[in-house]
Amino acid sequence: MPRDSTQSPQTRLTPANSGFSGTTGNAWYGLFPLVAGLAMATALQFILPGAAGPYYSRIVIDAGIAIVLAVSLNIVNGMTGQFSIGHAGFMALGGYTAGILTHYGSMLLWGSAGRHGGFLGSGELLFAASCLAGGLISAVAGYVVGLPSLRLRGDYLAIVTLGFGEIMRVILQQTGRVIDDAEKFRSGGLSQLIPPPVGGAVGFDGLPKYTSLFWVYSLVTVTVVVAYRLKVSSPGRAMISVREDEIAAQAMGVDIARQKVMAFVIAAFFAGAAGGMFAHESGVIISPRDAGFQRSFDYVIMTVLGGRGSISGVLIAAAVLTALPEMLRDFEQYRLIVYALLLIMMMLVRPQGLFGIHEIWDLFAPFLRRQQKAAP
Amino acid sequence: MAKSLNARIHSMVWMAVISAVVGLSGCQQNGGDADEILIGHFGSLTGSEATFGKSTDNGIILAVEEINATGGIRGKKVRLITYDDKGEAREAGTAVTRLITKDQVVAVLGEVASGLSLAGAPVCQENGIPMISPSSTNPKVTQVGDMIFRVCFIDPFQGSVCAKFAREHEGLKAAKAAILTDQASPYSVGLQEEFEKAFVALGGTVVSKQTYQGGDQDFSAQLTAIRGEAPDILFVPGYYTDVGNIALQAEKLQLKVPMLGGDGWDSSKLGEIAGKAIDGCFYSNHYSHEDPNPRVQEFIRKYNEKHSQTPDGLAALGYDAARILFEAMKRTESLKGADLAAELSKTKDFDGVTGKISINEERNAVKPAVILQMKDGKPSYVSTIQP
Repeated sequence: MPRDSTQSPQTRLTPANSGFSGTTGNAWYGLFPLVAGLAMATALQFILPGAAGPYYSRIVIDAGIAIVLAVSLNIVNGMTGQFSIGHAGFMALGGYTAGILTHYGSMLLWGSAGRHGGFLGSGELLFAASCLAGGLISAVAGYVVGLPSLRLRGDYLAIVTLGFGEIMRVILQQTGRVIDDAEKFRSGGLSQLIPPPVGGAVGFDGLPKYTSLFWVYSLVTVTVVVAYRLKVSSPGRAMISVREDEIAAQAMGVDIARQKVMAFVIAAFFAGAAGGMFAHESGVIISPRDAGFQRSFDYVIMTVLGGRGSISGVLIAAAVLTALPEMLRDFEQYRLIVYALLLIMMMLVRPQGLFGIHEIWDLFAPFLRRQQKAAP
Repeated sequence: MAKSLNARIHSMVWMAVISAVVGLSGCQQNGGDADEILIGHFGSLTGSEATFGKSTDNGIILAVEEINATGGIRGKKVRLITYDDKGEAREAGTAVTRLITKDQVVAVLGEVASGLSLAGAPVCQENGIPMISPSSTNPKVTQVGDMIFRVCFIDPFQGSVCAKFAREHEGLKAAKAAILTDQASPYSVGLQEEFEKAFVALGGTVVSKQTYQGGDQDFSAQLTAIRGEAPDILFVPGYYTDVGNIALQAEKLQLKVPMLGGDGWDSSKLGEIAGKAIDGCFYSNHYSHEDPNPRVQEFIRKYNEKHSQTPDGLAALGYDAARILFEAMKRTESLKGADLAAELSKTKDFDGVTGKISINEERNAVKPAVILQMKDGKPSYVSTIQP
């Protein structure tokens, strides 16, 4: 990589665009991306299904969920330089937690597990709260998995995270049948929640389908904004320093252990929330398989393809890699071969990922800089 | 600077290539003509259960060719669109959404695996398009709604058939059964539960229950534990690849107990993997290719001509599912989802390759099961058990 570009995002940071300034004018600047993102999510919700039909809306939803998972994984793999291949484990944990809350919560509140209320109705609010809870539970698990990373590096840490995903998968297979009968559930005691009745190997079916473009893209917005703010903030800088050289970082006073665990916790939180969205998507049944390493690898591929630590790169890679197998349907059974060939070609042409460590807007940086010079 | 600019140009070019590929392949539309009837099939054409999807697809293709050769349905040709779901629930949901909303098929056939049928079924139900699962045996599948049908028997029936056979067949008369379940497979777990229930109800005892994970290579620990209990029969409701390995290792461990299984055994690969080790073992299935019924023999001949192999149970079920759909289409004037579903539910005594099929109020097929025994690596017919 060209050395001169190390000055690109960092040195141009001013208090105004780092989002950590307290003045009112800048507070708007800090909120703007969130507001814009929510507006986009609302627009998608009301325009896209009508304009493009349910099939494309569905791909866009899938892409959104993949973006959240890949961008959050990128905090661990890309920014902090650890190698986690258990991200799907966090996703499944969050998904199942959220599923239990909406499924059995709906039964307790409204007497049936079906969908309740319309857009932003009480059912959807329960769903949003469940996804949040799923994220929090996953974050706790992220803390636990992050702890061994104090002592382990590289391949060894990868094995720990792999083990976490596989343990999740096997535990989920041991669970009991889903209770579909609301009356039976209400009359039974808490003891029926052990082992959790989430369907075992069949998967957790019968969940109310709340996931919509609005909720997914709201989560995408929050994830991307948090990831970006993190990247340009001092904790994020510390994470990047851990990636570049642990010893040097330590010498400069960075608490390496803290940065690693923090990266795991943040990443696990968003993975768990995305898992909640995944579990409640129509035409999807979250099953123990989803916690396995194959799914984790899908997201690892997205982060590698997007570029280490590049948020926009990973975002684009996640969207493209979700849409690509669908777009390649015309190749029929050869589509996975074509897909794999495209991946190999991509890695040959750009081994550093789509944008390397840069963001998409860095592409326009020389142009912007020239303008800035011309202006005053 | 020059180098970095170069890299940037590179990335832009590369992105342009990707978007061009995506754009081009996205442009080809699949809209049907007015003189065509589109039907969809979603199945696992790739992934670990790829032979299941392929066999089913072959069966459906044969049925489609037959109906088109005899002039189609009221002069309209039937066109089949098949999508692969990689054996993944999310892909299954997407494939069905595409079939219904983009390609606008009038009916959907699929899936083999119950977990994937359960993913696709709610999409069909929501859109009011009938779906016929050729071979998902989990009872939950048709409980999704009144648009979802199946042409195979369900787990409780298959479990009780196996239990009954184990208890009552001459030369078996098993009193003690051991069970070895694939814990990762919903199919295996469901069948195991039903078998155990029925076997105990018939007065037998289950002496050992062991589990494995689909894809495991070493079963010696479980098999040694089972050998210690000296059962009369070993029930293995798994898929053929694992069953083959289990049989090989049981032989090595001198575990001389006949094995019994379900329709997951049904693949020509089973004999190839296990060889002599599986001889003498039994499994329940949807049909036997040794059945002298001319209907069956004609199907086998045609299938052999078209795909140059002997059809397995899944191919036969795919064929029957498609033909039941065509029969219903012939009987009704309108191909609207609700009318077609109403007509499908009237199916009675349909003379299928896999036996006489009637659809009951739960939209499940009522039909017999056959028991096959492995001889020289090939299944041979033993008996038929009526519902």
